Amino acid sequence: MNKPLDPAATVTRAEVEDFLYQEADLLDSWRLDDWLSLLTDIAEYYVPPNDKPDGDHRFTLFTIADDIVRLRERVIRLKDPNCHAEYPPSNTRRLITNVRITGMDGDLILVAANFAIFRHRRNEPAPRQFIGRYRYKLKRTDAGLKIQERRAILDAEELGAMGAVSFLL
Amino acid sequence: MLDHTNKDGRSNGYGDGGLVVEDTANLTFQVHRKVFVSPDILENENRAIFDKCWVYVGHASEVKNPGDFRTRHVAGRPVIFCRDRKGEVRALFNVCRHRGALVCREREGNTRQFQCIYHGWTYNTDGSVKGIPGDDAYPPSYDKQGKALTPVARLEHYKDFYFANLDPDAQDLHTYLAGAKDYIDLVVDQSPSGKMEIIAGTQEYDIKANWKLLVENSVDDYHLVTTHSTWLNYMRNSGVNVTPTKGHMLPTKGFGKDLGNGHLTTDNPNYRGRPVARWISVFGEEAKADIDAIRKELVGRLGEARAERVANTNRNLCIFPNLVINDGSSVTVRHFTPVAPDLMHVTAWALGPVEETEAQRARRLHAFLTFYGPGGFATPDDVAALELAQQGYAAWREVPWTDLSRGMGSSQEQLATDEGHLRVFWRKWDAMMNGASA
Ligand code: FES
Ligand SMILES: [Fe+2]
Repeated sequence: MNKPLDPAATVTRAEVEDFLYQEADLLDSWRLDDWLSLLTDIAEYYVPPNDKPDGDHRFTLFTIADDIVRLRERVIRLKDPNCHAEYPPSNTRRLITNVRITGMDGDLILVAANFAIFRHRRNEPAPRQFIGRYRYKLKRTDAGLKIQERRAILDAEELGAMGAVSFLL
Repeated sequence: MLDHTNKDGRSNGYGDGGLVVEDTANLTFQVHRKVFVSPDILENENRAIFDKCWVYVGHASEVKNPGDFRTRHVAGRPVIFCRDRKGEVRALFNVCRHRGALVCREREGNTRQFQCIYHGWTYNTDGSVKGIPGDDAYPPSYDKQGKALTPVARLEHYKDFYFANLDPDAQDLHTYLAGAKDYIDLVVDQSPSGKMEIIAGTQEYDIKANWKLLVENSVDDYHLVTTHSTWLNYMRNSGVNVTPTKGHMLPTKGFGKDLGNGHLTTDNPNYRGRPVARWISVFGEEAKADIDAIRKELVGRLGEARAERVANTNRNLCIFPNLVINDGSSVTVRHFTPVAPDLMHVTAWALGPVEETEAQRARRLHAFLTFYGPGGFATPDDVAALELAQQGYAAWREVPWTDLSRGMGSSQEQLATDEGHLRVFWRKWDAMMNGASA
């Protein structure tokens, strides 16, 4: 058996933090095509259901389980003024903390972080708050770090007042 | 009693005229928007409808083994839905007989007993009392066994779909379901053994809108082209033909049907693919042979005509008052409960045949998420539309009437893009609000 790669030899936490902050900025400013360029071409995006946060999307009904094909389509939809749930686009603000490199999966860098996302909409006095944790699989490429998998796991017992997850968590 | 005979459409609502006004001379059907905003009307709905109708509790597959339980709400009441140690399915109020605390706090699990944390009373899975700490302090005449968890008045199922009724005198479930049974059969027939199961993972979300708007929306094919244009776009990008047929709003011509007793459905030739069993490009080339095989099994078991019915039609079924089973891109079981006039709580699951292979199950779930649910390509826009409607009702006094006249006077069968099937709901709603039985 190969010895697992040492993440410390591959990437620093500061580098990962910079990457996540850059991603957050692209998402909050709705630069979604630029965001797509942060993904590998087999990237996946998951939001597990609130009652099965550790579920497997092949046997469990998720809130979102996108392969790269559907993820690209999701971005097409989000940019369309007929994406009524996000038109005009929500003002989102994401705070990302507790960033840690937790290990390696082959050549993929495993990253954990916490998030708090505030989503403001017209005609809604209070923001809808999405609190949870990210689990990333990042890949080091010639063009820098890329996202192979991102999983946004919500802490709430149910979506409840969050309503729909119509933007990218 | 409300005046149900008002025909002039000018009433200002509850108390001084009808809320549901069907004008058969001028062929209009209008509903007063007060029904979406009034706390009094919601209170009446809770008493006249939710306390009288069969309300969905859960599916047998969710309590497969003795001791399995799920905590649920039925018409707003906390309930334990469980299978007792002898194998009987039960719905017990999740309320301690001692001083009323919620007894079971977990969402789901398997247990030998339910214990109240307050003073420690314990109950068996059939609800009977197991133990009362310090019971020597009660007089000898004290009826300890009479303190079992209270069962809901009635619990019955049709093909593993369990419904509760708070009214002990309600007619039996099968009679109540009327023509809806045939449409449940079409769902269940997808399984070679006739066994479907709820798949793990629950979607629970609120919509800031009146619950009745989701009844309308769930079966309303008129809104598809505008509300769901981005989903149609996605289908088109994926190589699915979504061009409307000539003279029609949608790719296929479907119908809206009255199933009796307030139940209704759409019934549409499929164009958007079905895990059982119609291939579309979204499933990928590699799925073709598998879907052919599923289709072959259906034909062998059910015959060509019935297989065609099961595999090639989409049906959004609404069981009065608040259960929707969408058999479309995937199967969803969804029910919703009013919390306030302008707020509902929605719970949805995916349903599939128990025999599905891993690949088939994954395909079903993928297809589900393409359209349905709070992260789907369609449902969030439905939520947006319903919340916009609710916001519009702030002017219910000045702009009081909702119009549901599409298809009235048509000599043809009602289309799914008409509103004939929506009127079925509203007539039943109106009758029950005026004292009719369920
Ligand atoms: S309230 Fe349950 S034991 Fe007292
Ligand atoms: Fe819709």
